[in-house]
Amino acid sequence: MPTLKIPAPLRPYASGESTISLPGETVAEVLEAVVERHPELKKHLFGDNGQLRPFVNLFLKEDNVNQLQGLETPLAEGDTVLIIPSIAGG
Amino acid sequence: MESFLKINLPEDILAQIHSHGEKSYPEEGAGLMLGKDEGKFRTVADLLFLDNAREDAARHNRYLITAADMLAGEKEAERLGLSIVGIFHSHPDHPNQPSEFDREYAIPWYSYLITSVQGGQAVDSKCWRLRDNRAGFDPEEIILSDRNLP
Repeated sequence: MPTLKIPAPLRPYASGESTISLPGETVAEVLEAVVERHPELKKHLFGDNGQLRPFVNLFLKEDNVNQLQGLETPLAEGDTVLIIPSIAGG
Repeated sequence: MESFLKINLPEDILAQIHSHGEKSYPEEGAGLMLGKDEGKFRTVADLLFLDNAREDAARHNRYLITAADMLAGEKEAERLGLSIVGIFHSHPDHPNQPSEFDREYAIPWYSYLITSVQGGQAVDSKCWRLRDNRAGFDPEEIILSDRNLP
């Protein structure tokens, strides 16, 4: 199964887990699986419109998945998806 | 009312943050606070100054730290045996209160230190943490200290 790495700020909403193995053949499926397992994560990953919050960036190896096939980026066994926030405000 | 959240900030670290805000003026300056977290109490031990990645026209009231910079920040923090515990940024000619934009884009758990820079002079800083329900921020009391991380 692929794994998802959770950054420190979101681990309190994932029962403290930093790396989670999850079922899924795409990035979207892995995200669906993680919010099903940890519903508290959902409001910090997704906005009210159901879209990923703008500051949530997903990396597969060195690539932002936006440069690949977005949330439909396929995942292979052993792939690790990293959630890396960008920080904005003002 | 005393905050139950506290952040230990060495005085020289706060001075560096204020200086950075003044040098960035009239644009917003930003960076990362590296340190250790013990739940409701955390300590800042170092800073990482970063470029405001927003386009020129927006930098007077917006800041952006890219995911690439965050990834590099994570690696630097790990190298130092620390964690990213928060973000500092300045509000040119605005109070050190989080804006609605700050709230919309805030990430839970991080400490957000905001410095009001008036006319190019850093006036005061306050620190905040996003509430779990994302409805607003709770104040985080700044405890100034001599640099002394156990």
